[in-house]
Amino acid sequence: MLTVIILILGVSFVLYTILGGADFGAGIVETFAGEKGEKTISKAIAPVWEANHVWLILAVVILFTGFPAVYASLSLVLHIPLMLVLLGIIFRGTAFTFRHYDVLRDDTHKYYTTLFKLSSFITPFFLGVTLGAMILGRITFDQSLGFYEMFIAPWLNLFCFVMGVFAIALFGYISAVFLVGETKNDRERRRYAMFSKQLMVFTMVFGSLVFVAAEMEGHRLLNEFLRSSISIVMLLLATLLCPVIWLFLNRKSNKTIYLRIAVGIQVTAILIGWFYIQYPVLIHVRGGDHYTFFNTQAPPATMQQLLIALIVGLLLVVPGFLYLFKVFKVER
Amino acid sequence: MDDLMAARLQMALSLGFHIIFACIGMTMPVLMAFSEWRWLKTGKQVYLDITKAWSRGVAIFFAVGAVSGTVLSFELGLLWPEFMRHAGPIFGMPFSWEGTAFFVEAIALGIFLYGWNRLNKWVHWASGVVVGISGVLSGIFVVAANSWMNSPSGFDWIDGKAINIDPVKAMFNAAWLSQAIHMTLAAFVSTGFAVAGVHAFLLLKNRENVFHAQALKISLIFAAVAALLQPLSGDYPAKDVAKRQPAKFAALEALYKTSKPASLVIGGIPNEKEERVDYALHLPGFLSFLAHGDFESEVIGLDRFPKEDRPPVLITHIAFQVMVGAGLLMALASILFFIFNWRWKHVLMKKWWLYFIAFLTPLGFIAVEAGWTVTEVGRQPWIIYGVMRTKDAVSTMPGLQYSFYVITAVYILLSLIVIWLMKRQIKTIRQFYPSAKTE
Repeated sequence: MLTVIILILGVSFVLYTILGGADFGAGIVETFAGEKGEKTISKAIAPVWEANHVWLILAVVILFTGFPAVYASLSLVLHIPLMLVLLGIIFRGTAFTFRHYDVLRDDTHKYYTTLFKLSSFITPFFLGVTLGAMILGRITFDQSLGFYEMFIAPWLNLFCFVMGVFAIALFGYISAVFLVGETKNDRERRRYAMFSKQLMVFTMVFGSLVFVAAEMEGHRLLNEFLRSSISIVMLLLATLLCPVIWLFLNRKSNKTIYLRIAVGIQVTAILIGWFYIQYPVLIHVRGGDHYTFFNTQAPPATMQQLLIALIVGLLLVVPGFLYLFKVFKVER
Repeated sequence: MDDLMAARLQMALSLGFHIIFACIGMTMPVLMAFSEWRWLKTGKQVYLDITKAWSRGVAIFFAVGAVSGTVLSFELGLLWPEFMRHAGPIFGMPFSWEGTAFFVEAIALGIFLYGWNRLNKWVHWASGVVVGISGVLSGIFVVAANSWMNSPSGFDWIDGKAINIDPVKAMFNAAWLSQAIHMTLAAFVSTGFAVAGVHAFLLLKNRENVFHAQALKISLIFAAVAALLQPLSGDYPAKDVAKRQPAKFAALEALYKTSKPASLVIGGIPNEKEERVDYALHLPGFLSFLAHGDFESEVIGLDRFPKEDRPPVLITHIAFQVMVGAGLLMALASILFFIFNWRWKHVLMKKWWLYFIAFLTPLGFIAVEAGWTVTEVGRQPWIIYGVMRTKDAVSTMPGLQYSFYVITAVYILLSLIVIWLMKRQIKTIRQFYPSAKTE
């Protein structure tokens, strides 16, 4: 039962990274695409952003129901980066909707757009920072160490910073590739293909820097990756798909579904590779008292009800999502 | 401002802000499904125009509702981590169902708002119905979670920990049904009267305007039905609170001394220091009757509780009077509406009536905020009634007041933008919708 819940948590995390990432990435890409990109980007994410966004809420609910100590502890010590994630979420959703629904298009348009773009960088960055803090192992609940050690040091460091930039690059990349399939205009397609390649490079560079920063902070991340054969395979898979996608981006083909699937596989591979070395730890705590799936899980009665709710939920939501995408993303 | 006060204020602000958008999100899809159905049945342009004009506004309210809801899901932990550490596994079940309902709602909303030209007309209409149903359900689920805080069940509290957790018992606690009914009706009352009020006001400028006349009629029908049921539905939680949360009941009634029989206090300003109510109207025996159905019954007063277990009286009592007063006024308006609609339809177009409805615009939302103030402040000092105190649940991170300042600034900004956007939308109704172009 715990296994199934972890699986569902993992799936929702992956789906949020891909779909929510594409969503947030749209603002990142628009920053490079400028005014010309606005119409395509708006049209692409308008019907799906709210639905994509719910994956995050689902992950939060699973955490506080099934692994309450993790939720409570992260909320306590990572209060500041989580507040910043929230601010990004608030302003991105509202700026986007206000821009889309305001009846008149005048000077305020600039403000919406600026806010939309800015907030699209902030949330991915601080999500990356939060994840970094969970991995790094500087988190402590020892009040005697003082405010800085408890509430700032775990996330204000090089590793978390690089994780944040990596998240920005990754989300931007996912979005750019998805956007290639959102336009029938050939010139626009080539622009998005170019952004995809640029962002792919950024992602690879910062992905490598994540390992470098980890070494510099004393966390032997690369070693851990290399010790596990599954993680090596996943890392190789993700990397080898890069030239494949690059070549595909050069072609004039209209079958962009393959591009999206390839990117989906890459992201899933990276997350599986990381998850494998991380498992079963959720939060690395200073001093070694790590929070794992096992030592933080809620009692069986709770897990059982959670599982039921999740399964029924997925049975309703997955077909719903597929229908939503069919209505808006498939060529008529 | 100390950290506990900052956390309380931030939570209150976040909840108070979100509830407005949640009410709109629960009610408008039902209204829009109704107007779209009228269009499908009669083919009259005005119904299509109303549906589309309403959905333009609703899209904005939904987005703000979605993000402010996300804020709350984080704030549960950011502000009250000790509460969530213990409560999460107990009342997580309604939240999981709420999450599912949101998902369905968000998907259906995407289809409804953007699928006009891509779908069969009745399929599109069905998506609107789905938004309505899932919206109401998600409201019921989240209220069930709150009801657990008032009526904790499904666990044993031993040595500062919860054991023998039974999530089903927790969700279906003694208070959930009364709270769910009362809140669902409240959503329809508040949104219905607000929408009706706006259209009534616009109708005053030109009473030939078919668009506003029909929009007013649709919203007022829903509002009036809900407003008539609401005071009746209020009796159910009131009796439940009188029995199960006597301190809360005593506070909202400003009953300082246990009395047999007890008088109903109407209005009045509680004097917390001297423990009496000034400037009030007292109706002997009526509180006993309302609380327990018996004019002679004893009603427990605040004197039965040690000072540290009493909720604030001034805020709770005044909020309660505001809620009941507003509710009764809207119920009266509803009775008048049905009478006029039955016998004297021409009155519904009279200036004085339209001014009256326009005056009622904010009253439903004022009642909602007042009601939530009663139930939340009335539950203090408990965060889990009788089990955990709010002060023991708060985050120990110093500097919570900065969090509060930031969120306050953000919500003030968002409110201003939404009001401004609505004004612009209303100004352009004549431009975009053919049936609103009557001169």
